[in-house]
Amino acid sequence: MTTAVEVAKPPVRPAGGGTRRPRPGRLRRVGLPYLLLLPALILELLVHLVPMVIGIVMSFKELTQFYIRDWGTAPWSGLDNYRVSVDFDAPVGEALLHSFLVTVGFTLLSVGLCWLIGTAAAVFMQDAFRGRGLLRALFLVPYALPVYAAVITWVFMFQHDNGLVNHVLHDQLHLTDKPSFWLIGDNSFYALLTVSVWKGWPFAFLIVMAGLQNIPRELYEAAALDGAGVWQQLRRITLPSLSQVNQVLVLVLFLWTFNDFNTPYVLFGRAAPEAADLISVHIYQASFVTWNFGTGSAMSVLLLLFLLAVTGVYLTLTSRNRRSSRAR
Amino acid sequence: MAPPRSFLWSRRIFLTLLTGFVLLPVYVMVSSSLKPLADVTGEFRWLPSGLTVRPYIDIWSTVPLARYFVNSLIVAGAATVCSVVIAVFSAYAVSRYDFRGKRTFTVTVLSTQMFPGILFLLPLFLLYVNIGNATGIALFGSRGGLILTYLTFSLPFSVWMLIGYFDSVPRDLDEAALVDGCGPLGALFRIVVPAATPGIVAVAVYAFMTAWGEVLFASVMTNDTTRTLAVGLQGYSTLNDVYWNQIMAASLVVSVPVVAGFLLLQRYLVTGLTAGAVK
Repeated sequence: MTTAVEVAKPPVRPAGGGTRRPRPGRLRRVGLPYLLLLPALILELLVHLVPMVIGIVMSFKELTQFYIRDWGTAPWSGLDNYRVSVDFDAPVGEALLHSFLVTVGFTLLSVGLCWLIGTAAAVFMQDAFRGRGLLRALFLVPYALPVYAAVITWVFMFQHDNGLVNHVLHDQLHLTDKPSFWLIGDNSFYALLTVSVWKGWPFAFLIVMAGLQNIPRELYEAAALDGAGVWQQLRRITLPSLSQVNQVLVLVLFLWTFNDFNTPYVLFGRAAPEAADLISVHIYQASFVTWNFGTGSAMSVLLLLFLLAVTGVYLTLTSRNRRSSRAR
Repeated sequence: MAPPRSFLWSRRIFLTLLTGFVLLPVYVMVSSSLKPLADVTGEFRWLPSGLTVRPYIDIWSTVPLARYFVNSLIVAGAATVCSVVIAVFSAYAVSRYDFRGKRTFTVTVLSTQMFPGILFLLPLFLLYVNIGNATGIALFGSRGGLILTYLTFSLPFSVWMLIGYFDSVPRDLDEAALVDGCGPLGALFRIVVPAATPGIVAVAVYAFMTAWGEVLFASVMTNDTTRTLAVGLQGYSTLNDVYWNQIMAASLVVSVPVVAGFLLLQRYLVTGLTAGAVK
């Protein structure tokens, strides 16, 4: 008797099989998913992966303007390009290290500010008030504006003689002795940071807003019944509920900011001032202005390795947090 | 329960300051575009000395703005359409089927987001030149090459978002359609795509903005006839003069289509992100 009952039980789903139910006729359609993926695969191969492999090959070659038309014939140089890039006592390596450190500092500041402003704005706008819809639309304008149009306006504002920034700081508020230069010299770092935050925070705002919509209202109602004030609700409910969203958001913001080329390029042109010499523009200059594509490729590969390492460590750390918080 | 005064005041102050920060460049763009040249070359003025629409007339003749506009429209439009269609197919495959290499696919596609654009700028340029020499298909300098490049820029993020969005469409719906005799593509287009319209719109907006705003590849991979707005706007500054009022007018003109489209569709973007990216 007992065996019969056991046989009649529905088969236990194997562990780790996920929530998907096996579907009838799946075997027959086994080729279909590959067919559906084919266009994306071909394009990713053509535009991302093959060029990346070519880039890696190029980094081992002595690729100057003499060989660029027929890059396959450029002589091999082994690790020379890498050696030049990481020789921090020589000019090329020293400049690369400087640019790398500037980029790291800039990225951390920019991502931090974008996250802070975006989160604050989203949290303040979580509850309905008059004008919220209008304000939300306004806040998304920097994100929607094309980079070159927005950044070129900032270039105008940062002009030495006829810009708004100097007009306000010097002529109207008398904060500086004489009009400052914003697009050359040390100030350029702050100019770049301002523009980057202005352009970047609405993305954080968008994502956090989306994340807030997933928090059940009942949580707040229960907390309010228990006597928790707005600030306590923010600390105990809102921020913890956003932690997963934040993990994705911070990583995406970091990668985008670190690799950003458009903003510094429109702001400063082909050669950025030393204080704001972000790595993308630096490599662009090393390749296209000094015409040493081999070294430029080696620098790009090093940059990629760094980003891979950062992402790997970050994902490991956050997934461990996630696992331990689930276990609790 | 009404929020306490401390919350209301912090909200008021914060949102006011932020609005000022956000709108300052917008104000500069709009007001400077209506100023006579003397006003933008001298000391900055908050208010124009005399309103003029002259810059809006001159922008079209100082540089061939109309041609750049058409180029940008073709490139961004085609990149968007292709990117969305391809992303829909991929996301459907990942969301609805189990197959070998699925994880590898999603990880690979996502990791391309991490590549610095500068890493494949030159290789891609060389690849396009080589393909052109070998097959006669002109990719370098043509709109086609730029379309191909841009559509892969938005593809990873689009696939990623659509997977999440498709996952949120109940599986029973398209399984029922399959049982009723729809093919898998029929189920995709009759059930999943309509149910996921907000996500698809969000992805399309994102793809269009990415293509419309890109500068680096546009400046290397275009020539006089295929130049897009991103590069064309640089034509307003000559060695001797910078026509700031015209630059501002042109910036405004090229921004209006994207900003208007974006604001119209932003609701979809938030819903799309909620279902897709945020999971």
